[in-house]
Amino acid sequence: MSVASASLDHAGRPDAALNTDALRADARREARGLLALLSPGLVLVFAVIIVPIGWLFWLSLFDESGELSAANYARFFEQASYIKTFVTTFKVAFTVTGACVLLGYPLAYMLSQLPRRAVSICLIFVILPFWTSVLVRTYAWLVILQRKGLVNTWLMDLGVIGQPLPLANNFASVVIGMTHIMLPFLVLPLYASMRTIDVDCLRAGMNLGASPAATFRQIFFPLSLPGLASGVVIVFVLCLGFFVTPALMGGGKVIMWAMRMEQTTSLYSNWGAGAALGVVLLAVTLALLGLFHRLLGARATGVWSER
Amino acid sequence: MTKRLRIQGMVIAGLLASVAVPAAAADTITVASWGGTYQEAQTKAFFDPTAKELGITIKQDTTNGLDDVRLQVTGNAVKWDITELGADECARGSKEGLFEKLDYNVIDKSGINPKLVHDDWVGISYTSVVLIYRTDVFGDKGPKTWADFWDVQKFPGRRALSGSQATETLSVAALAKGIPIDKVYPVDIDGALQSVDKVKGHIDAWWTSGAQAMQLVKDGEVDMASIWNGRAGTLRKEGAPVSFSFDQGVLTADCMVVPKGSKNKDIAMKALAKFVSPDLQANLPLYVDNGPANEKAFETGKIPQDRIKDINSAPENVKKQVLQDPAFWRDTLVEATEKFNNLIQQ
Repeated sequence: MSVASASLDHAGRPDAALNTDALRADARREARGLLALLSPGLVLVFAVIIVPIGWLFWLSLFDESGELSAANYARFFEQASYIKTFVTTFKVAFTVTGACVLLGYPLAYMLSQLPRRAVSICLIFVILPFWTSVLVRTYAWLVILQRKGLVNTWLMDLGVIGQPLPLANNFASVVIGMTHIMLPFLVLPLYASMRTIDVDCLRAGMNLGASPAATFRQIFFPLSLPGLASGVVIVFVLCLGFFVTPALMGGGKVIMWAMRMEQTTSLYSNWGAGAALGVVLLAVTLALLGLFHRLLGARATGVWSER
Repeated sequence: MTKRLRIQGMVIAGLLASVAVPAAAADTITVASWGGTYQEAQTKAFFDPTAKELGITIKQDTTNGLDDVRLQVTGNAVKWDITELGADECARGSKEGLFEKLDYNVIDKSGINPKLVHDDWVGISYTSVVLIYRTDVFGDKGPKTWADFWDVQKFPGRRALSGSQATETLSVAALAKGIPIDKVYPVDIDGALQSVDKVKGHIDAWWTSGAQAMQLVKDGEVDMASIWNGRAGTLRKEGAPVSFSFDQGVLTADCMVVPKGSKNKDIAMKALAKFVSPDLQANLPLYVDNGPANEKAFETGKIPQDRIKDINSAPENVKKQVLQDPAFWRDTLVEATEKFNNLIQQ
């Protein structure tokens, strides 16, 4: 097209193409500027996350004599205990996530319905344990749950049970301890997302004749799902790497992946043995996140970045 | 006491590493041990007197064991001049070439069991694995032998064994089969595993740290357990209703090494020579229940007679116990531990 005839239209405005070029150049400049601003962060992420993970992967490919080999991965299939540990890890993570949803959803819902002042008081009760050391809370649970602990003593004094219940040093105690620690990770994003639900939508539903239950089911619950999904993902992924609580409360019978890494790292003379466990956990976690992403939509896994 | 919560340890080690002075002066050495009351006792028994006699400064750090040394040596960042390890770790680290050769012209090895004197590591003290039971449950008729511990009909009750120290649990499992103490080593691993298999359904907790073993017994979560004698002694001192003896104990040694690449290894040799000397070795049982590695310590007259019977490495007590063989575990630990883990997780 000729510049002379196309640069101005009949109303005297600049030609759209010229405008686009200028805008594009501007956008490119801005992108470069943003990239420059981001670069310290990117360098940091590269240096402290990408490089070490790459190194971990590299290490996992060498056996004890320093030869390139798949021995570290083959071990998972040769030793039944690795598979068992892996299954236990996911069993714990699923159970804890489920327990957190059952306990956390009603709690977050109640918080979202309370007046502001009451919420800030209630949130303190959610956050206070969050600030307490995991180790301290785990020991506190031991004191409560063990054979001569509070629960068993009370129940026996009340005559409810004749023999102490096995509450500590097993799967149940790990789930109880971890659920307590994980609950805020579910409640906080869920509460934040419930708070943003427009009350007018609920009013409109009621106005159109829906019962409170139907309003909740058809309007509130679907709108709270992104928050729930992000809470579930956070809790689940954190559970997969849990160490302290299962180590102290599992009685040595509930071995999770992180504990296995510790054992393997001290048992084998090559770092690769432990590194391989890390690589496998990372790969499986990423695969699961991908699955969540597809099932629950981008908002579930990306909810933090949107805020 | 070779394993404790590693996460904690790593954090502490990280913090220490970040504040550690990079190049120590020539007359300063850094010694790492297990921390806690044990290291406090070592400070009074070994480190302070040595620092004074040699006119050097001894800085202290804590270790998680062999992987810390491996990390420093392979990473070319050795910050310790002497570190303590479990004897089987010393044997494994020696095979991996992680330690400096020790100079036995400087270090007098007489009085130390030859099994604990090697080119690049030397014994420093003993811990015993003993059988402890609660006297409020059993009176004084509790399980006295590992065969009793395995006998769930005669001694009903909750039980705990070490899940992290396969070497120790396999040793007591061999004893439980009725193998006499002088025939336990070399351990028939498959036989010992079968023995563990018999009792594992009755084990309520497999402990992974000394503190955990202590807590399980103290709180009455279990009625009997295997436990390190230092922890058992502390429980008794605190007035917990417990009983234990050195009969059928498993005597495990700790050792000291100079990590390869130590910048002050000459001073380290001199300090190590002091640590294992009968005179300073005799100090250790004055502060802690871990016995001296040097038998001559008992000849110095420093240890009161009524104290000697409580010390695991006193000649009288050594006779009652199995001496864990570090060389045996050097070659079999990995396979045995994997099999042991498989078994207890089923």
